[in-house]
Amino acid sequence: MFAPSLIAAAVVNGLTTGAVYALIALGLTLVYGVLHIINFAHGAILGAAMFAAYFAYQAGVDPYVAALPLAVVFFGLGYAVQRLVVGPASHGEDRNFLLVTLGLSIIIENLLLAAFSSDTRTIDTPYGFSTLEFAGLFLSLPKLIAFVVSCLVGAALWALLAATDTGKAIRAVAKERMGAALVGIDAAHIFAVTFGLSAACLAVAACLLLPIYYVNPRVGETYVLVAFTVVVLGGMGSIPGAMLGGLLIGVVESLSGLFFGDSLGQLGVYLIFIIVLLVRPGGIFGATA
Amino acid sequence: MRTSRNSRRDLLKSGAGLALATFAGPTYLRAETASIKIGVLQPLTGALAFDGAQGKMGADAAFKEINDGGGIKALGGAKLEMVVGDARSTPDGGVQEVERMASEGVAAIVGGFASPICLAATQAASRYDIPYLVDVGVSDQIVSRGLTNTFRFAPGFGMVSKQAIANLIKLNDGAGKPAKTVVLVHEDGLFGSGLAKLMQTELPANGFEILDTIAHPTPARDMSNIALQIRAKNPDLVIPSSYYGEFVLLARTMQQQRIRPKGIYCVLNGAASNYRFVKEFPDAAQYVMDCNHWYDPRKAAAQKLKQAVESDGKFFTYNVALNYSGVLLLADALERAASVDRKAITAAIASSNFARHIMPYGPTQFVNGQNTGAAPVNTQVQDKDIKVIFPGDFADAKPVFPVPA
Amino acid sequence: MSLRPYLPILAVAVLLAGVVSIENSNAFANGMVTAMIAALAGYGWNLLGGYGGQYSFGHAAFFGAGAYVDAILQMRYGVNAYVAFALGASAAGLVGLVVGYLAFRAGLRGSYFALITLAFAESMRVVANAASITGGAAGTLIKLDPAPANFQFQSRLPFLWIAIALVAFAMMLTRAIERRRFGAYLIAVRENEAAARALGVDALRVKLQATVISAALTGLAGALYAQYFLFVDASIAFGPGISIEALAGPIIGGLGTVFGPLVGALALHALGELARGVAGRLPGVDLALYGALLILAVAVARDGLQGLAIDVARKWRVRTA
Repeated sequence: MFAPSLIAAAVVNGLTTGAVYALIALGLTLVYGVLHIINFAHGAILGAAMFAAYFAYQAGVDPYVAALPLAVVFFGLGYAVQRLVVGPASHGEDRNFLLVTLGLSIIIENLLLAAFSSDTRTIDTPYGFSTLEFAGLFLSLPKLIAFVVSCLVGAALWALLAATDTGKAIRAVAKERMGAALVGIDAAHIFAVTFGLSAACLAVAACLLLPIYYVNPRVGETYVLVAFTVVVLGGMGSIPGAMLGGLLIGVVESLSGLFFGDSLGQLGVYLIFIIVLLVRPGGIFGATA
Repeated sequence: MRTSRNSRRDLLKSGAGLALATFAGPTYLRAETASIKIGVLQPLTGALAFDGAQGKMGADAAFKEINDGGGIKALGGAKLEMVVGDARSTPDGGVQEVERMASEGVAAIVGGFASPICLAATQAASRYDIPYLVDVGVSDQIVSRGLTNTFRFAPGFGMVSKQAIANLIKLNDGAGKPAKTVVLVHEDGLFGSGLAKLMQTELPANGFEILDTIAHPTPARDMSNIALQIRAKNPDLVIPSSYYGEFVLLARTMQQQRIRPKGIYCVLNGAASNYRFVKEFPDAAQYVMDCNHWYDPRKAAAQKLKQAVESDGKFFTYNVALNYSGVLLLADALERAASVDRKAITAAIASSNFARHIMPYGPTQFVNGQNTGAAPVNTQVQDKDIKVIFPGDFADAKPVFPVPA
Repeated sequence: MSLRPYLPILAVAVLLAGVVSIENSNAFANGMVTAMIAALAGYGWNLLGGYGGQYSFGHAAFFGAGAYVDAILQMRYGVNAYVAFALGASAAGLVGLVVGYLAFRAGLRGSYFALITLAFAESMRVVANAASITGGAAGTLIKLDPAPANFQFQSRLPFLWIAIALVAFAMMLTRAIERRRFGAYLIAVRENEAAARALGVDALRVKLQATVISAALTGLAGALYAQYFLFVDASIAFGPGISIEALAGPIIGGLGTVFGPLVGALALHALGELARGVAGRLPGVDLALYGALLILAVAVARDGLQGLAIDVARKWRVRTA
């Protein structure tokens, strides 16, 4: 039905899109692994980061250049939000975290709306829609860059968790909150660091997305459900799971969009989500819930 | 002491009497109206906030123009007073505001923007016989429910689709029939899906061959697959009907990947006849055609309004022109009715033959609430500007079709 | 069966009906209908979320099912409006059964349960937007024909009375469940499912029953929406807006209480009107306040506004004793 070259192109497209999904999902899975909560404000934070990247561009800073400084800024913001708002408001109960992060997402999205109105904005970078020709396929340059950067960030995060003291502390808190506190680890601080790292990943993802997409206050919503699906598929708390899950979802979405149309193709992602939740909630790499 | 107590009591009594009089006094307008209340309903907050603000901008300009010009002469120079309603981008929000406007005694309402909002709001207004002039809402259901208070100044979806197809055929014939194969790309909402369905029967009946119909959600996370499919099918013509963000993505992808069909013929597209898109991405926008709501470029009043809007740093979108024209139409009805009675105004609108609007419609002619003269026009982006290319009566440029390779 | 526990509910209902009948403003009546629909949806959510402890983020699935079934049965199959209304609620209950069975059989709870309900609601939205039976993207319009036989009324008031009656019914149902064994089981499962099981409670069955009733109540709200506004489309029916409204009321008003959802819905409605006037033309500020209230409610007022009121009343009584 479809020429093999078209399918190949769709697969490649899916992989590069999936890498961005993976990057977005990294922070989410980290937060779940450590805090054992799904951060419902994840999409809204992505939206805020994209606006930040947009205004950085308006100020003359290219998104790729802005990625690192914005990551630092958003680390700080994420840290503060968890330490000052989410943590205290939730009183440590998981159920409350759900509601507090939901409330946070409503606030962020609507503040963005209040500040920037609902119209859609795009930026025009010279490389925004550049392509590389390779074996008859047109590969989108910014998407390739996104792919590479996502993998690098994933690897860096992995290294951070494995080798550094902070990383070990994070893993300790994730595994055994009480025990970690007993050996002197400040759990509240670690929670906040995790949240901050999550927001930093989103900032990088935003800078990678902005050249190839658009920004409006609801853009975060668009990616939220996919991020959840990736996290659930890959296993909550697993970084390699998020990377692989992202790539897989990207390819599945691309192919089902090709075969069933992009509208109904959305169902493909939801179905995977529901099926994985029902059959193997632990995902590919996670422990059974 | 006694005197002061008495006077205090008297003061209280008179104060109470005054207060009572104020509250008990009539809240509706008296015979010699100092101002006429007109409701302007727009989604000023929520997902459609930008469009709502644009619509209100058009209404604001018209109010100012009428009031500066001496108000409604037939009613002693009474000025128009705007009662702003924020529909909050939801139908229930719209209904709530209509109720409020009704209680404030508006003579008529204009606006709504989105079809679901218009559907609910016109219905709510009909309870009070308030004439309601729909600005954009294209759903055909809006004027087919038998509501005598509901009017629509702009064309509905059915009319736009038919006209788009008819104009395409004429354009194609006029250029020597360079286009035969077509790929449809459409958003999966009300007009995208409806348009695709219509095209799927009409186009083949007129000699076109539809190679593929591609639906996409809004928002769509990725349009590059669609670009891929277009390249694979290599059609003469691409017909996209999408919202702003998705079309910008598609157009830019196609431009960069050098996917160049003989023409991109959009219908009710969010970006193709949008000055922001043309200004920000002139290369991707060059030669893109649209069949959409548009102002009449030959009318001086239209150019004047456009300049005023742009000098304010805003974009002159179609719903600015539509709301501006709508308010002018209402003012005309008020003049002819010479009354603020809702039924009289409704009758005046229904029988109106108003030509001083800035849309390419000719004088208004309402049948069952729909302005039958209303029609979309074809535009094309040429050298960083949007020109009307069809029909000839309103055109200010010749179509460039097929697009030079 | 003694009537005493239900008297406060009846009193509140009569009071409400009285206030709205006296307040002769259509704008007020319309606002109250909207608030009552939200409250009713909230009562559904409250049963599963408040009493059952299972937070659903996709109650729109039930709301939309009720709305669409009510509309489609009338428009496509000529079913009587009241029958369609009842069937709408039943259809929603059925959807609840399916979703609940799938989710609870797989042992999902907490975040996972929230996510799967969200996924179901979103899937239904995509399908409703594409299927022809729902009218696709154009939605379904119920023909305007005001007549009591069609469950449409010329005046706002009958709708309002019916809405208040339905909310009163929901309150009484909630109170009845509270007082019965079923309620005790439900709360036991919420507090400690393992222990409840150990005591012989069939947790799955209890949660399923709660889900069905919860879904039917919210479906009732959906059907009422359809009857009142006479138009349903995929984003109205299954969009995230209604899912959030369904949970915001109970949480802010008082989770797992009889009056909580009503108090919450009224408070949010009042807040909306206030914010609209005060915040002026800043888009989204009133909704941002929603979010802030949600966080505050969780952080500070554990039992919602109702809990706050009870706390204050108690402290005041202590002080004056």
